[in-house]
Amino acid sequence: MSGAAAAREAARPAANGAPLVRVRDLTVRFVSRDATVCAVNGVDLDLAAGEVLCILGESGSGKSVSLRALMRLLPRTARVGGSVEVAGQDVLAMDERRLADFRGGVVSMIFQEPMTALDPVFTIGRQIAETVRRHEGVSRAAAEARALELLELVQIPSARRRLSAYPHELSGGLRQRAMIAVALACRPRLLLADEPTTALDATVQIQILLLLRRLQEELGMGVIFVTHDLGVAGEIADRVAVMYAGRVVEEGPVGALLAAPLHPYARGLLGATVHAGLRGARLTTIPGAPPSLERLPEGCAFAPRCAEAEPACLAAVPAPRRPAPGRMARCVRVGDAAPAAAAGAPRAV
Amino acid sequence: MSETPTDHRPGPGNGPARPLLLVRDLVKHFPIRGGLLGRPVGTVRAVDGVSFAVRAGETLGIVGESGCGKSTTARLLMRLLEPDGGGMAFDGAPVGASGGGMALKEYRRQVQMVFQDSYASLNPRLPIEDTIAFAPRVHGVPAREAGERAHALLAAVGLDPAQFARRYPHELSGGQRQRVNIARALALNPRLVLLDEPVSALDKSVEAQVLNLLADLKERFGLTYVFISHDLNVVQWISDRVLVMYLGKVVEEGPVEAIYERPAHPYTRALLASRPAMDPARRRTEPPLTGDPPNPVNPPSGCRFRTRCPFAEPVCAERAPAAADLGGGHAAACHMALPGSGHSRAGRLAA
Repeated sequence: MSGAAAAREAARPAANGAPLVRVRDLTVRFVSRDATVCAVNGVDLDLAAGEVLCILGESGSGKSVSLRALMRLLPRTARVGGSVEVAGQDVLAMDERRLADFRGGVVSMIFQEPMTALDPVFTIGRQIAETVRRHEGVSRAAAEARALELLELVQIPSARRRLSAYPHELSGGLRQRAMIAVALACRPRLLLADEPTTALDATVQIQILLLLRRLQEELGMGVIFVTHDLGVAGEIADRVAVMYAGRVVEEGPVGALLAAPLHPYARGLLGATVHAGLRGARLTTIPGAPPSLERLPEGCAFAPRCAEAEPACLAAVPAPRRPAPGRMARCVRVGDAAPAAAAGAPRAV
Repeated sequence: MSETPTDHRPGPGNGPARPLLLVRDLVKHFPIRGGLLGRPVGTVRAVDGVSFAVRAGETLGIVGESGCGKSTTARLLMRLLEPDGGGMAFDGAPVGASGGGMALKEYRRQVQMVFQDSYASLNPRLPIEDTIAFAPRVHGVPAREAGERAHALLAAVGLDPAQFARRYPHELSGGQRQRVNIARALALNPRLVLLDEPVSALDKSVEAQVLNLLADLKERFGLTYVFISHDLNVVQWISDRVLVMYLGKVVEEGPVEAIYERPAHPYTRALLASRPAMDPARRRTEPPLTGDPPNPVNPPSGCRFRTRCPFAEPVCAERAPAAADLGGGHAAACHMALPGSGHSRAGRLAA
């Protein structure tokens, strides 16, 4: 009966040594009668077990669509190409039955708005217990005990009393914790997080970020965390991938990337982020707006807004360059060998 | 405007200008109705005795978390809501008071507002130039002149009138729509502009463009801003003085340097410490505060922050702290800042 356990068992042998997530040349197109929207245009991602990757990007960069593709949570109008492997399983080839075991058992997702992710007519305890019973086929009593354990794990005060609370009876921060508890109910190996702290107040956001970080370390999960906030990435990520117009334009360890981004877009984004110490200074801006995803330019999608663009940028999409171990940028001005020199003067933060 | 200095107190500190807007003991409570008969079952104390002054030419930042009353305050300042108590004086004249006061229509010509939701605050069926010209026409400006003003304002906010004037809101991006909202707010040549989370819905690169624009327009038109935001970094960038709110009360106010470099109230300190570090080498391990802000329906007795405050003592439950003057226009409503308040740490901050 325990589909998830079986799915996890099936996943285990392949996981030794192999990355937890391996995405190659992922493309997602939304086709309608009027237009084809190219939301994701060739994304490669790798995630090791127990690693936290932040996908950083603005609206329309394809970060959330890429995340949903990992779990096949896309509408039927989406045409998905490339390959997605999670824990050694080919996600794009799964039928509905295997997908149902896979979701929640191997990988699960938390969202920005917990009110739409939780069912308003069932208590928190019931929603967690239901998930546990569906995947692990245990008795009701065992599932309820597990629900209590999970509420304590996510540090909900008076957990026993909160089991019988409905989502609308909880505050924003507690609701977000309850959603995390549902997501972790079956000990997933991969947690996908789609801006889970964006709607929260500052003092609550930092609590949830620290909780996620602690849970990730304790449970040894891999986490892919989508955000538009550089500060959030700095607080939780091991590695950062910056997306623009459906492509990863830069990737690297969080410290190195935030200290000295290589790609002009990443540099612009960092310069445009208001932080302490900028008072009185004019903010650096990126001129213009992102390209339409219905008509992407031939070459580098950022070239029309880039101060350093040259003819080579317009000819073809720049290939990934790897100036240093672990770092990648899709920019013709980034050399493959010497990092700092080719990238121009990296901006001090 | 006649320069009648009725009821005008000089602001604390050494500000050169007299207050353009003076707010005293503003109160707004919302009844909660429940049951079959819709009887009042409780009261949300959204704004509970808020006083402050906005000086001509400055930017006053208001920060706080959800439920602290900052947006209700904005709506009260704009008189989109009637206050239950307290009053406002604009340029020395009481607002909306019968007899001798400033009429609401005149007040709203001088005070305009920009909202967070750039789409909901524009009429979807009007081309943007008509939206911008609408208010001047209501206030008696001839159609042609209002149209010319709309074009000039579009140019001022960085939208080429030839290209954008006839567009509808849905044909614009979020950043462009917010520029239109700013142009609309400026169409009556206001002296005070209330900005309620004007950049919160924008992407970072667009946010920076709009913030630069706001700084330019302030200089060019000699504006005064009240800037409401939950983003502490943005408030620090744009404000001259800052007001920190918690559960309907002002807990601390002062010049931006004082608030950010020498925060006196434990809530302000926790709020500032909650900002992500942008530097993985300086990651936090413990959150500055636990729990969520309490429900404003039944705020705690005494100091409203005491339920989350690491320094709370019995006196904090007994009495609400008065604002302690820390010098230079810096004030904090905390028993620890008030010598002789009965708190064991009282007076240490003032020293």
